[in-house]
Amino acid sequence: MFHALWNYRSFIAGSVKREFQLKYRNSILGAAWTFLNPLAMIIVYTVIFSQIMRMKLPEVDSTFAYSIYLCAGLLTWGLFAEITTRAQNIFLENANLLKKINFPRLCLPVTVVAGAGLNFAIIFGLFTCFLILSGNFPGWTYLALLPVLAVQIAFAIGLGIVIGVLNVFFRDVGQLFTVVLQFWFWLTPIVYPISILSERVRGMIAFNPMTQLMAAYQTILVTGQWPDWISLWPVTALALLLCSWGMLLFRRSAGEMVDEL
Amino acid sequence: MVAIAVDGLGKAFKHYPTRWARLAEWILPGNRPHHIPKWVLQDINFTIDPGEAVGIVGVNGAGKSTLLKLITGTLQPSTGTVQTHGRLAAMLELGMGFHPDFTGRQNVFMAGQLMGLGIDEIKDLLPEIEKFADIGDYIDQPVRIYSSGMQMRLAFSAATAVRPDTLIIDEAMAVGDAYFQAKCFQRIARFKQQGTTLLLVSHSVGDIVKHCERAILLKNGHVEQDGSSRQVTNRYLDELFGKSPCPEVQGSCQFGCAGTQMLNGDDDVFHTRPGYCVEEHRWGQGGGAILDYLIVAQGEHYPSRIESNAQTDFYFKVRFDNDFSSVVPGFLIKTLEGIFLYGTNSFIANEGRSHLAAEAGNIKVFRFSLPMALNEGHYLISFGISSGDPLTNLEPIERRYDSVMIHVGRTIQFWGLVDLTASFETIEQQRQLNGHTCN
Repeated sequence: MFHALWNYRSFIAGSVKREFQLKYRNSILGAAWTFLNPLAMIIVYTVIFSQIMRMKLPEVDSTFAYSIYLCAGLLTWGLFAEITTRAQNIFLENANLLKKINFPRLCLPVTVVAGAGLNFAIIFGLFTCFLILSGNFPGWTYLALLPVLAVQIAFAIGLGIVIGVLNVFFRDVGQLFTVVLQFWFWLTPIVYPISILSERVRGMIAFNPMTQLMAAYQTILVTGQWPDWISLWPVTALALLLCSWGMLLFRRSAGEMVDEL
Repeated sequence: MVAIAVDGLGKAFKHYPTRWARLAEWILPGNRPHHIPKWVLQDINFTIDPGEAVGIVGVNGAGKSTLLKLITGTLQPSTGTVQTHGRLAAMLELGMGFHPDFTGRQNVFMAGQLMGLGIDEIKDLLPEIEKFADIGDYIDQPVRIYSSGMQMRLAFSAATAVRPDTLIIDEAMAVGDAYFQAKCFQRIARFKQQGTTLLLVSHSVGDIVKHCERAILLKNGHVEQDGSSRQVTNRYLDELFGKSPCPEVQGSCQFGCAGTQMLNGDDDVFHTRPGYCVEEHRWGQGGGAILDYLIVAQGEHYPSRIESNAQTDFYFKVRFDNDFSSVVPGFLIKTLEGIFLYGTNSFIANEGRSHLAAEAGNIKVFRFSLPMALNEGHYLISFGISSGDPLTNLEPIERRYDSVMIHVGRTIQFWGLVDLTASFETIEQQRQLNGHTCN
């Protein structure tokens, strides 16, 4: 399987490149939109929540603390959302290709991860520059982001493949997931700190697998401390479970999927 | 070693009676199926040797494209197996999944990458692909503004830039112009010499006979016949134009006796005969009816393929309901596009010497006999019976325009429609020899 994917690396790289070009093909600012978009969102949230609503993070007291807190969650959530929403349509969008050409179909989800990863790398790179320039760079703990990101990507693509396959057979799944994602965003402490919630709600939010991931990013980037590794075990297990379920589902329905497209 | 081995192959698509049925099948415990399988292909068995060229024919919906998709691997079989060896290039339907928003060049890269080629390899091949496709500046335009012919040109050039071990072509050539088709077949012929196996689906019987030694006829998802391409395509044409497979006494009849055989019976059985076209235009003032017809060429009744220039007899039977002092049977050949190729009647054919009369209740059989001096293709036959003076005014009793389709076959085709049977020779230039002796 990995061998087949490796043979098609040129196709995967080409697809990512083409997708990137396609997205900004007829725009004047081009790739600048990759970060202009989230930048606008960050400004909106910062202004509304930090300035107007006078919300301060209880733990730290720095001018940029809330902005950094927000970026830590918002940018990584963006990666998660992009992978899952793209993956949910990946087979439908490429129906033409799947029906006419025989190639390893797993190239498609890999393309999604690579494409979303590229966008994330651009914007997160800029964010890192900002951290360094504003003197908020967390130092060595920055490296702790890598394993957390790996878990998150595995979680996202596992979920994405499951939804992508189901979406071929039941289009409702795609529609439903778009709605779910909206709720999910607000049920995850990204814009607000978890501390403003009551004990009871906090207990419930803890079951949200994204909560632990977001908490880890926020710990690393805002306070510069190592994340609570133990708390990440459940989501890691869930990610692996979803990945294997996704692969199983994909293997079993790959043939029927083309019949359905 | 074989190039393609198809063993017990079958393909069924699942048909769910309601939207909920699939959900029930996925969710409910137990493996009770909630769908009805729609079998598109069943029990297909054949092997193809390396370097063999095989045509696949069959009417629309016979399962040709599904079979090719199974061999290519885009579809997975429901039963049985398909084995292929070596690199396989396939052109299934139009364009190889070209993306409409990208330029031709970008799409060539994508197509190449989909075949597992690296960027550098494609860069090396690109000039050759561009040259072969011959679409000029369009190579840098988005594919969505391409004509279907241009898409096909580019797709074929890209798919065959590297010689594949097996080449599969599904109907794709039909949209190319004659010049490009010839170029494609040249390339295919070269590949064949170098050992490429060819699998060709085409509705052009001529192409199949010309490029494949062997053909497979699919009918309702089964292999109906597997044999020499000429045999199989003849059978296919029979299927197309409705020749009943009942054992007829073929060729045993002496020249001319077929006509007397036809005299029996006075039912209108015209529309039951092979080659009959439902879209015929039947009209006239009445007073008689054309009941039946028969075509005989080279001793065969209702031949599915008439060799070009073969002497062919067209019989048709008329029942007269009134008395007529003069009747004139007529006959007309047209191309499918409606061009009149040749029309005649009893008066013209006999240079005015024939005079026919008919009484009410008479049944007569007429015969026009002529060589089919036509190029390969399908032609429409019209029969007619008129009354009156052939020179001044003919009143149509009944005409059945475009009522029969025939197929004329010719191995080496000429240009145009009608064979004027040119002969050719080289005349030695005697003068120059004489000149030498003079000096």
